[in-house]
Amino acid sequence: MKSDRKLVAHLMRRAGFGATPKELDELTSSKSYEEIVEDLINPEKFDPIDMSYVERYYTGEPVAVHVGKWLYRMANTKRPLEEKMSLFLHHIFPVAWGKSEHGPSLYREIEMFRNTGLTNFKNILLNLSKDPAMLFWLDNNENHKDEINENYGRELLELFSMGVGNYTEDDIKNASRAFTGWTFRQPLSLYPYGHHHADFEFISDDHDYDEKEFLGQVGNFDGEDIIDIIVKEEAAANFLSRHLYNFFVEDEVQVPSWETVDPKDPQAIKELSTAYMESEGNMRNVLSTLFNSDFFKNSMNLPKVKSPTELIVGVIKQTGEFNSPTPGIHEFAVTTLNGSAFEGPLAIMGQRLMNPPTVEGWHTGSEWIDSGTLSERIGFVEKQFADPLKPGVSEMVSRIGSLNDNPAELVDRCLDLLGAVNVREETYKSLKTYAEELRELETSAGVHNLIQMTASTVDYQFA
Amino acid sequence: MTTDAREKTLVVIQLTGGNDFMNTLVPYTNEHYYDARKKIVIGQNDVLPINKTLGINNNAAPLKRLFDEGKVAIVQGIGYPNSNRSHFRGMDIWHTCEPDRVGSEGWLGLAIKDLDPKSENVLTGINIGQGLPRAMSVAGVPVTSVGDLESYGVMNKIEQERLKERSLQAFKDIYGQAIGSGQVAEYIGKTGLDVLKGADLLADVASKYQSSIEYADNSIAKSLRDVARIHFADLGTRVFYTNHGGYDTHANEMPAHPKLLTDLSGAISDFMDDLEEHNAADDVSILVFTEFGRRMRDNGSGTDHGSGGGAFLIGKNVKGGLYSEYPSLNPNDWEHGEDLKHTIDFRGIYGTVLDQWLGLDARPIVKGEFEQIKPFYI
Repeated sequence: MKSDRKLVAHLMRRAGFGATPKELDELTSSKSYEEIVEDLINPEKFDPIDMSYVERYYTGEPVAVHVGKWLYRMANTKRPLEEKMSLFLHHIFPVAWGKSEHGPSLYREIEMFRNTGLTNFKNILLNLSKDPAMLFWLDNNENHKDEINENYGRELLELFSMGVGNYTEDDIKNASRAFTGWTFRQPLSLYPYGHHHADFEFISDDHDYDEKEFLGQVGNFDGEDIIDIIVKEEAAANFLSRHLYNFFVEDEVQVPSWETVDPKDPQAIKELSTAYMESEGNMRNVLSTLFNSDFFKNSMNLPKVKSPTELIVGVIKQTGEFNSPTPGIHEFAVTTLNGSAFEGPLAIMGQRLMNPPTVEGWHTGSEWIDSGTLSERIGFVEKQFADPLKPGVSEMVSRIGSLNDNPAELVDRCLDLLGAVNVREETYKSLKTYAEELRELETSAGVHNLIQMTASTVDYQFA
Repeated sequence: MTTDAREKTLVVIQLTGGNDFMNTLVPYTNEHYYDARKKIVIGQNDVLPINKTLGINNNAAPLKRLFDEGKVAIVQGIGYPNSNRSHFRGMDIWHTCEPDRVGSEGWLGLAIKDLDPKSENVLTGINIGQGLPRAMSVAGVPVTSVGDLESYGVMNKIEQERLKERSLQAFKDIYGQAIGSGQVAEYIGKTGLDVLKGADLLADVASKYQSSIEYADNSIAKSLRDVARIHFADLGTRVFYTNHGGYDTHANEMPAHPKLLTDLSGAISDFMDDLEEHNAADDVSILVFTEFGRRMRDNGSGTDHGSGGGAFLIGKNVKGGLYSEYPSLNPNDWEHGEDLKHTIDFRGIYGTVLDQWLGLDARPIVKGEFEQIKPFYI
């Protein structure tokens, strides 16, 4: 073993969507922890998924299909951190289909997140500010030289880069002025051309070229200048660090409370901010600092509730049902908001991807859980692990062994095969008792019942 | 547990997507309506007149029957200033009564908290359907969300009795032990136990229910039948919530909308008959709402998001009739040159229900004082 199995499993759950037993075997036997981190933050070492092949199987314009394709990528990518960072950016820059009802632009926005997530913060914000889905979502196409619309300018400062308390209302106005003329070309009309994405367009006639004062600096700023100023601010370093900590390490309070509530681990935020400032916002440096830190390695038992996406993708990775583009993956993502007659599991669990509730994004952590969402989590794993013909399930069942084996060993193998799951001592004992009872029930019970119960525990709700 | 059958119960039906109010309560003599609506329009022969200017879409004949019996209060022109056309934001506003900021506390969640301040009954508020609506969500207020009454709970798809029993016991052990192991695990543990409690209470509901009413086979009928079954079991539920989806009729409105109205009005009238049959009609009122109406002009195949919708209060204790005013259809009066202007604020209607039906103080829930109506006999 070149690296610790539990620690690597923890890393893969947080930096990706968990690892299958086989992946854990390979990683821990061939690479050190540091080497695995290095691989994660340098995804171009690994081939991307051949989407031309996937697109042939998952066609159609409903936004659920776009989400389905994304879920497929999350479950099958060899570049897990690339997908995890796309999800991270979707969490902090949430754009909803509900306003534009334009699936292709949203799908392309996620592609942009994928391509920029591991570059630097300036590049991320710049691409975000030119992204048609975002421009329409926050009305920057209505932000004109003579008629400022502050929606994007305000959220850029408040929700996307620094947080309340680090700028004035005048800064918002001037930032908004700098983004005038940043809009998008009308996409081809739906009839008869079908759905096409929109492209960014700068209309110089509609841009305010006059002098502006922003965060104490004066100049003929445009949007890029504004972003340049923002990303050098300590406030941006802190803001991004706190987001990363919340997403990868431990649940924090919701963003609107950050102005008044201190970080749970101020030292960790300081380490991340320092890495950010020293590398001029280079995400690879910041993430390498994060994953190699003691605070990350020690965070296995800190509360971090799996998002519905993490839970669902983690489970379908284990069951192997979608190791190839099998039909049906979009069913996880259907929602009545998109016209479906029923809600899919993502919606019932409270996370309609590409359809966040508001510009504030999802409330995470324990807010993912209520009686309805929890029942759905339990019902979901029950259903997903019930079919022994799914390749992942059949492999797990055969590797766990027979119910006549020693119950403690059965539980150990079950926990390990579900991705080296970390459970509390009490849970472990209950699972062991349950394994004994399953044996007594003989033919009416099976090993898959133990898998279902393990994935139904309180502990399994944590990433 | 509260089992006072005389306590008033509220059933809220959300029409998701934005119901076309003009094509539901049709201004069948109004030239502006027929000028604006070229294709997505209800002809004069397709309405059931309730007076000289308004008629109920004849696909909603059961609603007309209830109206004639004096059990339907139609709240015309319900909305709020600067109606938001986003479904999300629109629904959010209706759910939280917060048009100017993003609220996190649902109005019914707050009502449930007032009805059951110590959270003694996990069934005080029940959502029938999938996904807890924000209207019912308030931190620390347990609300039970039932997707399918027959299978509510966990581990209950297991057929073998002993296996099911053992599995439930294991679940209970694991979730019970989470108490004392950190705030979040504890909360998840408690929620899991709430699911079990709710499931225990609800376990016999389906099998004990008897009725001569045969509900139709569609989602809203099934949901209202579940409401009836739970209500008759007398488990102390004061607020039921359910939604009927598909009202976002940008396209294909003419084939789609009639079916929605047929399903909805049929389900409501079956539910009302069921209440009568079980001597429970005095205790239940229904509020039907939607997040917005549709645009004045159609787009050739459907209608886009607009404002100025309509709501319905239905029940034996409801004084039937028309309330507030039908928004002006004259183009000079249209909001933004294309929308109906609302004539009464939805928070006043929530207030009406909270104050007058549930006996609560509405002001902190709807955040202010809004004009109410007097639609109840009580």
